[in-house]
Amino acid sequence: MKIKTFRGGIHPEEYKELSLGEPVKPYLPKGDLVFPVNQHIGKPARPVVSKGDLVKAGQIIAEADGFVSANIVSSCSGKVKAIEERPVASGAKAMCIVIENDGAYTLANGVGKKHKAGTFSNKDILDAIQKAGIVGMGGAGFPTHVKLTSKNPESIDYIIANGSECEPYITCDDRLMQDQSRGILDGLRLVLQLFPDAMGVIAIEDNKPEAIKAMEAVCAGEKGVMVQPVQTKYPEGGERNLISVVSGRDLKAGMLPADVGCIVCNVASLHAVYRAVYYSEPLMQRYFTVSGDAVANPGTFRVPIGTSYEELIEAAGGLKSGVTLKKALSGGPMMGIAMPSLAAPITKASNALTLFAEDEVELADAQMTACIRCGRCSRVCPIHLIPQMMADAAQKKDYEQYEHRLYGLDCINCGSCTWVCPAKRPLMQLFKQTKAEIMAAKRK
Amino acid sequence: MYPVLVATVAVAVIGFVMGMLLITVGKKFKVEVDEKQLAVREYLPGNNCGGCGYAGCDAMAEAIVKGEAPVNGCPVGGAPVAEKISQVMGVSAGDQEKMVAFVKCFGTCEHTRQTSNYVGIHDCAAAAASGLSPWACDYGCMGLGTCEKACPFGAIHVVNGVAVVDRNLCKACGKCVAACPKHLIELIPDKAAYAVRCSSKDKGPAVKKSCDTGCIGCKLCVKQCEHDAITVENNIAHIDYEKCVGCGKCAEKCPAKAITLR
Repeated sequence: MKIKTFRGGIHPEEYKELSLGEPVKPYLPKGDLVFPVNQHIGKPARPVVSKGDLVKAGQIIAEADGFVSANIVSSCSGKVKAIEERPVASGAKAMCIVIENDGAYTLANGVGKKHKAGTFSNKDILDAIQKAGIVGMGGAGFPTHVKLTSKNPESIDYIIANGSECEPYITCDDRLMQDQSRGILDGLRLVLQLFPDAMGVIAIEDNKPEAIKAMEAVCAGEKGVMVQPVQTKYPEGGERNLISVVSGRDLKAGMLPADVGCIVCNVASLHAVYRAVYYSEPLMQRYFTVSGDAVANPGTFRVPIGTSYEELIEAAGGLKSGVTLKKALSGGPMMGIAMPSLAAPITKASNALTLFAEDEVELADAQMTACIRCGRCSRVCPIHLIPQMMADAAQKKDYEQYEHRLYGLDCINCGSCTWVCPAKRPLMQLFKQTKAEIMAAKRK
Repeated sequence: MYPVLVATVAVAVIGFVMGMLLITVGKKFKVEVDEKQLAVREYLPGNNCGGCGYAGCDAMAEAIVKGEAPVNGCPVGGAPVAEKISQVMGVSAGDQEKMVAFVKCFGTCEHTRQTSNYVGIHDCAAAAASGLSPWACDYGCMGLGTCEKACPFGAIHVVNGVAVVDRNLCKACGKCVAACPKHLIELIPDKAAYAVRCSSKDKGPAVKKSCDTGCIGCKLCVKQCEHDAITVENNIAHIDYEKCVGCGKCAEKCPAKAITLR
């Protein structure tokens, strides 16, 4: 099959072999599990348990508050210890439900019961997804039932299963595609049932030959589903880029994927859809990569949501001896966020923890010089923006120029510009700050 | 010889005609500038800092003459300038209290702890956009010097992790107040003797954990004050300088030493 790609992008070192070789290990934490009520885009969920309540694994502990919101489900059994503000991965504090884990992982009634295939109506599927609290598991955390509720299902002609996983170090989707290829396909089939005219495309970067092989094996002979290898390039897995790669359609500023007849779902979300519909199993666990040069045994684990990052390091054999941890990122090195403290829970949308013995941002900061106008940032920008001019406008706080002439709000924070910059300028950080300031000014 | 004479005379005639033309045009289309405006502009400091809210000293002079701005509207010049301008305008300047900026945080490196090492854009607003503070207290000064860069008079400096205002140099233009993403800076009267050096809205135990000198909202100062000058709202004490007489009883009793002599 022809390998497709988009214009722009970069080729950072992959380091995927660190965490890939090992077969997946389920991990059950012993400590308390923490569930932030806002693990998704939209309105935070409303807690429906109170302190002292006994909960079981699979029980809804916070209900969706409004349409664009998602249920939060306990992934362990135990007692509700507190509902209070706790630090999350970014270091900011958020409202969390803390559950004292009894270690038994007793399932709630009805969870895990297998339903017969082929008996689900469209409403059954959407209700099951909504109830299970499934959100985009690739990082954005957009509620999946909202994404799949369309006024005009006939207008959609591509359902893209995103298995590109372009971020260095992260291998959780790769592992999932190898281990659970049948489940992903069944999840995709359920989504395709909602959109009668759509075709299912599973996009996988060509640095994952095993995953491509596994998915092709289960898709063989299936009508309306194909595996599309895409070039290994960062950020191939960005929604906008993947749409242009698969369908050849361009998403203009302010357009949504549905406007060009596409819906992009992460493979992990599709697998969660399969579990929710076939087994009434809410989103309780996910594949998660622990990697980096500071950790002893990097690997991919199947962990309950709410597990603390601290415990996961222990699961991966702790830190390498003689290595001091300089930097911990929630996510990969390109788009991950630096964590001031490891006492934070993993959420539905977290996919990796990367630990480094060296802080590259600090090194770059020391070498920063003035912009030499080489234009490399514009060449690699996957959205085809002009980062050099955007940085200029951002520094002058010329928001009019930044937003309306340079379309700076369309920046996806992929960090490609910062990665290529020979002057080591912190472009992406500047854009992130400027976007936050513009959005804050708009809310006023 | 002849062509030289012709050229000289021609140039002289053209020069004379042009000169006369310029004089007439200049008189006819003269822009009337109020004498007063020039005089007022003369007394304004000329920093063009914009602290008065107008686009520079020229715009301020015009506004004063038109009666749109008060004669004591220049925060930089203060009372002496206001007096001179009031003489020009023929009104009384009234008493203008000298204000200074004050940073409501004393979480220096000794008093609070650093919880993480911030690297990236050296700017408080950039650090605040990430949603975290590198210091134990979420409300305190981050010490990355955004106010220092905003001050046109070099009156504010980050010393030992916290911004400190030089009272002699501060002109109360308010630029730092607007620049601080944590809203820590307030303009207070220069003569104010005591001030609350904390902005933490956290409850007592949380404050104690993060800072040695944070206000814990215990209200001891409220009980001490005989002039009803102190209120505690959102776990933080606030002094009303209209009522404060500077007796210092609050500072004496404050268990956290969050109220101090300035």
